[in-house]
This record gives sequence, structure tokens and C-alpha cells, in this order.
Amino acid sequence: MAEHTIKAFDEEIDRLRGLIAEMGGRAEAAIENAMLALQRQDKALAAQVVADDKRIDAIEAEVEKLVIQVIALRAPMANDLRDVIAALKIVSVVERIGDYAKNIAKRVPLVASNTRTLEPISLLPSMGQVAGEMVHDALNAFAARDADLALAVIERDTVVDDFYNSVFRTLVTFMVENPKTISECAHLLFIAKNIERIGDHATNVAEMVYYAATGQTLPERERGADLQAED
Amino acid sequence: MQEQTDLTIANPKMSARDVKVFYGPKQAIKGVSIDVDMDHVTAFIGPSGCGKSTFLRTLNRMNDTVASARVEGTITLDGEDIYAPSMDVVQLRARVGMVFQKPNPFPKSIYENIAYGPRIHGLAAGKADMDVIVEKSLRRAGLWDEVKDRLHDSGTALSGGQQQRLCIGRAIAVEPEVILMDEPCSALDPIATAKIEELIHELRGRYGIVIVTHNMQQAARVSQRTAFFHLGELVEYGVTSDIFTNPRQERTKDYITGRYG
Repeated sequence: MAEHTIKAFDEEIDRLRGLIAEMGGRAEAAIENAMLALQRQDKALAAQVVADDKRIDAIEAEVEKLVIQVIALRAPMANDLRDVIAALKIVSVVERIGDYAKNIAKRVPLVASNTRTLEPISLLPSMGQVAGEMVHDALNAFAARDADLALAVIERDTVVDDFYNSVFRTLVTFMVENPKTISECAHLLFIAKNIERIGDHATNVAEMVYYAATGQTLPERERGADLQAED
Repeated sequence: MQEQTDLTIANPKMSARDVKVFYGPKQAIKGVSIDVDMDHVTAFIGPSGCGKSTFLRTLNRMNDTVASARVEGTITLDGEDIYAPSMDVVQLRARVGMVFQKPNPFPKSIYENIAYGPRIHGLAAGKADMDVIVEKSLRRAGLWDEVKDRLHDSGTALSGGQQQRLCIGRAIAVEPEVILMDEPCSALDPIATAKIEELIHELRGRYGIVIVTHNMQQAARVSQRTAFFHLGELVEYGVTSDIFTNPRQERTKDYITGRYG
């Protein structure tokens, strides 16, 4: 894309995109590390995820400030306006994604090791991986203004939803048979729900990226008949 | 995908079709077609020399005063060809009024500035009639309250913004159907500019309004339709909110986002 006549405008837009790329990378790492901490029962890593979330929150505040400055001083138009508005909306969503990862990490010490042989435990890392990839691709799509990649992210949300439904059923069955594990299983349910929400949020980011890249809003998605995966 | 908004106007007040303007051998306007109606303010934007003012001037034959200028294509007012030999140009310019960049009141009283046009066009039956026209015109121009106690002061003694509203009042006084504005605020401060913009908003619906502006924010604020000109071409013409959020042409995008040149 051609440069702005006013160079400072380009610098601000570049800084904005840089901050969002960093934020996305950190959110992705938070998801990955939270899942790793869960698998390995690594409480130190879990604590690290919780601590690292502060930087994600700080980036959100920084982007908000920068966006207000750009709107006030540069009066962005057309694709610039869409990029800036998308950036503002994306950071609040990515901040939520960070919070979900943090919430997963906080539950790691509460999930006792005797549940680690559960089938859901084996499903959760794969589920987390898909959600993490969605976050990764959604933010890459923003960086590259790639509407097709954004669409691919949106399509993948059903994979996460299917995982969630499968985990949900397995855990309920397991709890019925082993009432003593209900407390741990409840935490695993929340973890699964957190990952499912991360997938939804990555989808929201992808929708904003699509709008920023094309100027078109996507039609409201058809929600499946399955209520479990809905908020 | 979003549908291209249909901008065809059923019964346009003015209609330009394939208009070309030449200054001697040089072509300044390359086949522009556009409709003007009373319900939408139309803004012309584009870099200096893009032809937007030249095109605006074809709409009331101001280019007639330029010896080397030649206009091709058709421009109609209520379906009547304004370049037809039968067209009375003086009458045309009363029906299609113009406000210029620099306020240019006559060096006469405020009252006389407004009364001049109606008098030469024989629109007032007498003094009382003229008083009514002057008051109505100044009210519509948003100037009455500021000048009603000094109607016989010189028009040139007013502030720049007031002078420009006086010029708009002067155009209104002869009951025009369309008002053309060529950068009407570029010599004004932001408050005077805001008053003119508010006035444009109030005049919409009563008159067809076309405004040429270098200030894109102004085009965004006052118009419902925006036309982007570049190198004599009408590059893009659309609903103002679409042009400023999602222009279809690369050249429009580069211009409005400040990437031009």
C-alpha cells in the first residue's frame, strides 16, 4: 500500500499494527502455556501465564490510547478508518482471550493429578491447539489484511465447538460414574468452556479483520442447533 | 457482497450526460455524467486541477465567460437543455445560483445586496414586497438576526462569514432552484465555516446544492453524495458515507486517506 503523504501517520499505523501483533503473539503463547501447564501439572508455568497477562492488558490500554490519538489527530478515512476501528475492537477481544488463558492457568493447581488419565484431559490439548491456531491466524489475517484467511478462521470455529460438546458429554458421563471426581471435572468443564470461548473470540477477531480488509460486514453466522457450545 | 447503491434519480433537477469541457485544445473534463436533486447535497472533491470547479461552472454556464472554453455533452435543468440557443443565460444563472470562494458582496448596503437581484429580475412589486424578500432571504441565509438593525450598513463591513452568508442570501433572493458553491468556506474561520455548513443543511430539500470543497471533512459533513474527480474524470460517485468508509476505486481511496501523489 502506498504511503501517506504525512509520514507520522504511517509511523502511528505501523506502531498500532506492531502492538497488535505482539498482543496476539502473547495471547497465543498464554493459551499454549496454560494447556502445557495443565498437561504437565506445572504450577510454575501456570503462575507465569497469570503473571504474563498483565502485559496483554497493558498493550490493550496502549492501543486504545493510540487509536484515540490517531482518530483525533489524523482523521483516518476509508481503509485507514476501518483498520483503526478494527484495531480498537480487536484488542478488547484479545484481552478477553488472554483472560480465558489466565483462567485456565489458575485452575491448573485445582485439577488433581488423579484425573490426568481421563479421556477429556487427552482431548483438551488438541482443542486448545485448534483455538490457539485460530487466534494466531486471525491476527496474521489482520497483519496481512487477508480476508480469505479470516474466513478460514471463522469456519474452524465449529471444530472447537465439536470438541467442546465431546468433552462435555465425556465429563458428565465420568462424573456420574465417579462422583468423587466432580470437583476436578467441574474445573475441566470450565477449562473446556474457556477454550470454546477463545474460539468464539478468535472468530470475532476474524470478522473484524474481514470488515477491515474488505469494507463488507459478514452476514450473521448461522448458529448450530446445539446449545451446549453457545454462550 | 454489498450491492452498488443505485444513485439514479427519477426526476433530477439537473442532469449532466457525457459532459466534456475543452480549453482550446486541452480537455479539462472527460465525459462526466451526474444528476442533482433537491434532497441530496452533492460534494465535488479532488486535488487542484482535477476539473471539479470547471465542471461546477458548466452547470450555470459560467464557462461562457472563458473565450477558449468549449462544452460538449448535455446538461439539462428540469429536462431543458441549458446550452440550447433558446436558453436565457441571465435567467439560467438566477435559477442556478453561485456562491464563490471569496465572499464578494456588492459595495452597497446589506439591504441592497439582497434587493439587487430581485429588482433586476422584476420579482418585487414595490418597497413592501422587497422588504419581505430581503427579510426572508436573510432569514434563510441565517443572517437576519445579526443584521436586522443595520440593514443599511455596507455589506463589506460584515465579517467574512457574515459576508458569505450575505452572498448566499443574495443567491437565494432570486428564488433559485439550484445553488452551486465553489469552496464557500475556504476563506472562513472554523466557526463561520460551521455556520455555513449548518446553513447548507437547512437549505437542503428547498434547493439543489452542489458544493466544491478541498476539505474532505467538510464534504463528509455536509453532503449525502460525493463525487471524486481526478485529471478531468469523474473517478467515483457514491453515497458519502460509502465513499469515506469504503471507496471502490483505488484512486479515491488514496486521495481520501492522504496517500495521493
